[in-house]
Formats: sequence, C-alpha cells, structure tokens
Amino acid sequence: MKILIVDDFSTMRRIIKNLLRDLGFSNTQEADDGQSALPLLKSNSFDFLITDWNMPGMTGIDLLKAVREDPDLNSLPVLMVTAEAKRDQIIAAAQSGVNGYVVKPFTAGALQEKIEKIFDRIDGS
Amino acid sequence: MQASENQNNGSTSDGSSNDEILVHAKNLIDQLEGGRSHEAYQVIAELNKARDINLFSEIGRLTRSLHDAMAEFYVDININRDNRSEVSQMADAPDRLNYVIELTEAAANKTMDKVEDTIPVGKKIQADAEELKPEWDKVLSGEIKPQEFRQLHKKMGGFIDSTIESSQTVNSALSDILLAQDYQDLTGQVIKRVISLVQGLETSLVDLVKMAASVEQIVGISSPEASTEDVAIKDIVPEGPVVNAKSREDVVSGQDDVDDLLSSLGF
Repeated sequence: MKILIVDDFSTMRRIIKNLLRDLGFSNTQEADDGQSALPLLKSNSFDFLITDWNMPGMTGIDLLKAVREDPDLNSLPVLMVTAEAKRDQIIAAAQSGVNGYVVKPFTAGALQEKIEKIFDRIDGS
Repeated sequence: MQASENQNNGSTSDGSSNDEILVHAKNLIDQLEGGRSHEAYQVIAELNKARDINLFSEIGRLTRSLHDAMAEFYVDININRDNRSEVSQMADAPDRLNYVIELTEAAANKTMDKVEDTIPVGKKIQADAEELKPEWDKVLSGEIKPQEFRQLHKKMGGFIDSTIESSQTVNSALSDILLAQDYQDLTGQVIKRVISLVQGLETSLVDLVKMAASVEQIVGISSPEASTEDVAIKDIVPEGPVVNAKSREDVVSGQDDVDDLLSSLGF
C-alpha cells in the first residue's frame, strides 16, 4: 500500500505519516502542493492519496479534480484532510469525487476510521 | 489644483470670516490714510487673528474629513464581513490572533500534560526492573533458593503485565503528543492570512493618505468595489481554519457534522 501525503505544512505531513505508520502503512511519500503531487501521482503507482485543501500553487480541490479527470488516476481513493470547514466546501469536495473528508484538528481515531471506511468500500465494491 | 480647491472650500464654506477680513482691510486703509499707525498695527493684529481662525477651521475640517473617512473605512469592513474579502476580514485579525494563542496554549498544555503523565510511568518501570535485578542476578549465578525463585516467578509475571500496560500508556501519550503538534499547521495558516490582511491594510492606508491630500476626495472614499470583485472571481476560496465557528452557520462544527453532511449526500 503506497500512500501520497500532500500538505504545504511539513509538520502536518509528519503527523499524518506517523499516524499512518501506527496504522501499519509505512510506504508513504510526501508533496507540498498539488503541483508537485500530480507528476508524482502520474509517475508512481500510488494506492491512496491524502491531501490538504488550502495550499499555494495548486489547491487540494484542484488536485482532486485533476486526478478525477486523468484516466489513469480517476479511480484513486482520495481522502481530504483540511481545516476548510464550510458546508459549501464539503459539498464541492463530495461533488468533485472525494472519498472521505476529515476536518482539522482531527483525532488519530477519526483518521483511522475514515481510511478504513474508504478501504472497506473499495474492497466491498 | 489642490491649493485652489482648498481655497475654494475655505471661501464657500466660511464666507463670514472673509467678510471679517474685508472689514479689517477697509479699516486698515482708513487708519493708514488717517495717519493713525498705532491703530493700523492693531488692525493688522486683528487681521492675523482672523487668518489664524480661518486656518484652524480649515485644519479642523480636514481632520474631521479624515476622521469620517477612517470611520467609513471601518464601517465598510463590518458591512462586508459576509463577503469574506481581504479588506473585510481585517476586523477578524484580533479574533484570528486570539485563536493562535488559544491553539498554541492548548497544544503546549496537552504536550506537558502527556509528558507529566508519562514520566512516572517510565520511572515505575525503571524502579520495578531495578528491584528485580538483584534477584535475577541470583538466578543467573545459580545462587537463588527455591522459595526465592517462587517469589521471583510471581514478581516477574506481575512485572511483565505492568510493563505491557505501561508501554501502552506511553505509546498512547506519544501519539497524543505527536498529534498535538498540528497547531503549527493551523496557526501557520491563520498567521499567513493575518500577514496578507496587514499588507492589504497597509495598501488601504496608503490610499487613505493619498485621499487626505484633498478634502473632497476624502469625502468620496469607497473601498468595497475591489473586494466584491475579488469574491466574484472564485466562488469557493480557501479560508483556512475557522476561528469563530460558533458564531457562523455556514461552517461545520466538527467531524460529526462533516459525516452527517456527507451521509446526507449519499456517502
């Protein structure tokens, strides 16, 4: 299981990386915005994408849209982990094809639950 | 141009002081023609006084206009709060910085609480192991008596159980400490936003100073046009952490709210 973590704050990437390692996912890579994430996604075979929303360069929502528009990437599960908490934003993310949405600050439990839920759904389908 | 505007302003809005100067001027000519130089100097003094009064009232008008412009500026901020434009959010800056203080304080306290909880756990593991050490050494050297061995056997079982439990406590505390560092991301986003707001305010202030050069321009101040344009460019602009979630209805109050909203959308 190869996971890409995209966030402009290195501390948050580290936190997510450590939490994922606790959950048994140690094969992770990092990118600091959508622009640097997209080429990584295209050139590597990632199984899961965790992205922030508000980032300079390319935002997480634009990254999500780009992933869904790319025939090679459109089935990649995407979890958004963000401080953006407006209802309109959550609806927009859902409409753009996000698989899960976690608002910051989050708990380790919430992250685990969302990740497991996404994988359960993928396995079940 | 500016000077003539100011003069116009003075003459149209304060005609009585001009009349007063005219009266003094005529009086001055009369006094000089009559050869009364002492009285003439008194009239000149009166004229100076009238000029000062005129100047003070002009400065007063300018100050009032500036004050009105500043007041209008802040009213605009409040009116446009819903637009969430850069300028309108300036009023949020203290809220945002207070949010930074709250988050950093909470993170510091949480980290210290967890460290304080964990230190005695580590110390207990060390003390228990140190207590077992001499007896274990006896086992290794074959000096232990059967009765002592039976006691050690029991103690060892207890030690293993408590070490497992203690390790879980330590691991969970370390995980909480790790997660507590999320404040850096959240406060960083807020501080970046405040920086951009301050830069926006600086630009606005420069504009205001330019406006102050002309009283008429100050009265005609308007800042919201640029901001409404900003909002129109993009429907959904990232806003960063919500610092006043309780007083807003357009944001979710937490993960449960997110889950409810998503499940209502068929997730």
